[in-house]
Amino acid sequence: MSMFRVIVLRLQPLWCLLCFLSATSASAQSPQLGQPMTAAEVAAIDFTVLPSGNGLPEGGGNAQQGEGLYRVQCQACHGEQGVGGINDRLAGGHGTLTGPKPVKTIGSYWPQATTVFDFIRRAMPYSAPGTLSNDEVYALTAYLLHINGVIEASTVMNQSSLPAVVMPNRDRFIWAVQANGDEY
Amino acid sequence: MADNVIAPDAGNGLYGRRAFLRTGLTGSLALLAATAEGEPEAQRAPWMRGPGGPMSPLGAPSEHEAHVVRQPIASQPGTTGSGASRTPLQHLDGLVTPSRLHFERHHSGIPDIDPAQHRLYIYGLVDRPLSFDLASLARYPMVSRLQFLECSGNSAALLAPQAAPLDCAAIHGLLSVSEWGGVPLSVLLEEAGVAPEGRWLVADGADSAVMSRSVPLEKIMDDAIVALYQNGERLRPGNGYPMRLFLPGWEGNASVKWLRSLKVTDQPAMSKDETSKYSDLQSDGQARLFTFPMSVKSVITSPSPGLTLGTPGFYQINGLAWSGAGRIRRVEVSADGGKSWADAELDTHVLPKCATRFRAAWRYSGAPGVLMSRATDETGAQQPTRASVLRNRAPGSFYHVNAMQAWGVDVQGEVRNVYV
Repeated sequence: MSMFRVIVLRLQPLWCLLCFLSATSASAQSPQLGQPMTAAEVAAIDFTVLPSGNGLPEGGGNAQQGEGLYRVQCQACHGEQGVGGINDRLAGGHGTLTGPKPVKTIGSYWPQATTVFDFIRRAMPYSAPGTLSNDEVYALTAYLLHINGVIEASTVMNQSSLPAVVMPNRDRFIWAVQANGDEY
Repeated sequence: MADNVIAPDAGNGLYGRRAFLRTGLTGSLALLAATAEGEPEAQRAPWMRGPGGPMSPLGAPSEHEAHVVRQPIASQPGTTGSGASRTPLQHLDGLVTPSRLHFERHHSGIPDIDPAQHRLYIYGLVDRPLSFDLASLARYPMVSRLQFLECSGNSAALLAPQAAPLDCAAIHGLLSVSEWGGVPLSVLLEEAGVAPEGRWLVADGADSAVMSRSVPLEKIMDDAIVALYQNGERLRPGNGYPMRLFLPGWEGNASVKWLRSLKVTDQPAMSKDETSKYSDLQSDGQARLFTFPMSVKSVITSPSPGLTLGTPGFYQINGLAWSGAGRIRRVEVSADGGKSWADAELDTHVLPKCATRFRAAWRYSGAPGVLMSRATDETGAQQPTRASVLRNRAPGSFYHVNAMQAWGVDVQGEVRNVYV
């Protein structure tokens, strides 16, 4: 063992201590008042569904199951089959985006199918959000995709099938910020 | 007579910054205000003949200012809490919007949050998921900055084919300026430890719509704060009490109110609002996504519709200019519909991502005129014409309108929204 190496080894504990001090110096000035969260606590507050399907719960449903639910829970504001209600139109409008009167609906405009589940679960029905089961949200999602001609009436939407749905208008968006966070 | 010897800086009797410099302070004051003649001897007005009213724990505006309110207030059909109320810009001067007049835009009403129970959660692609109560957040080092907040639906009325009979609030009142105070979000995220693959932050509100927006992490680490204070007091319920995300210079919707959770992700959530609402449809059918910064813009707030001019003579022109890209460098004003322009005087405070008050003077001859302003920011970006903003936009495209506003003044002194 060379003399040089002995010196390095003897210095190692001190070197590690210095590394530790520099690594903790920033956080030492930071108040550190956050309470750690367990995985269960995180799951209990997380509403977010990503286009990858991350965040989608278990369960499932199809448009046949969703049709009756839609009439009871959604139709008063959004109209029969998503058209003609007092609030946002949800269906149709395909091929209108380049015309004189673009009609933006789930089918004609929305880029991701996962958004339908995400939004219904977090925000709908307007007067009583949080009252639908995950199966019901899947069924309503399937119904809205079906009346827009995106899926068949019997196709079940669930954790694996929903993220795989390709929306008709998906590739017509110009991203000012890329998915990786960089600006174009 | 001063108004006969001082030459205007631009057509139709417009006096800008050069006239102020040329005439000095006295001349400037003469341009901006008429002097009152002195009373022959001291008199007491009725309210000077006895002691006034008592003190009170909370201030309130004069009852004579009761007309200065947020309007119009418009809600989604079938709701009272999903809609917008607008700042009455035409009745305000200076920089700061009084908190009670700050515009509001809600998607499911104003939640009644118990601050003792509310928590902020940071989770997702982090080393240590953390939750913070309000008392803990208030112990963190804070920053406070005067900055504007603007809904990206502001000024969309200028896209209508015919100029609508609307006032400054109705067209541009989704803009307000406050001193926002709070904790830099970068500090909290550093404590949680962002994983290398973290690129976005998905922010959720504690309203019943759990309002959700995705924000690039780069912006968050640059200048985002968790705002607790607005104009020196805790946030008001309509602006996010007890805490909101505040993203300087970016479209207001992304500054999620009643902030409840921040999830670090490797991709945007593609939430309903960021995709189906706050995107910009072009005439070719393509739509621009994640157009966050609010572009350079200005508007003359006085004169403007509802503020009818009286007899011919000098009137002060003033307004606000702002840019999400930084400071305002220059504001030009025209009294002849954009044929000629003069530089406006900028008030003392020219701050980044904040509105700047600009001023000029106009000798209204009694003949019709068209008042306009156009701003340039420190990046060199200049406010576009309406025609330029309309180019390549699909019919019904709604957001991110920063076109120049034209106010027509007729022989009766009435001011109207006009297109040039």
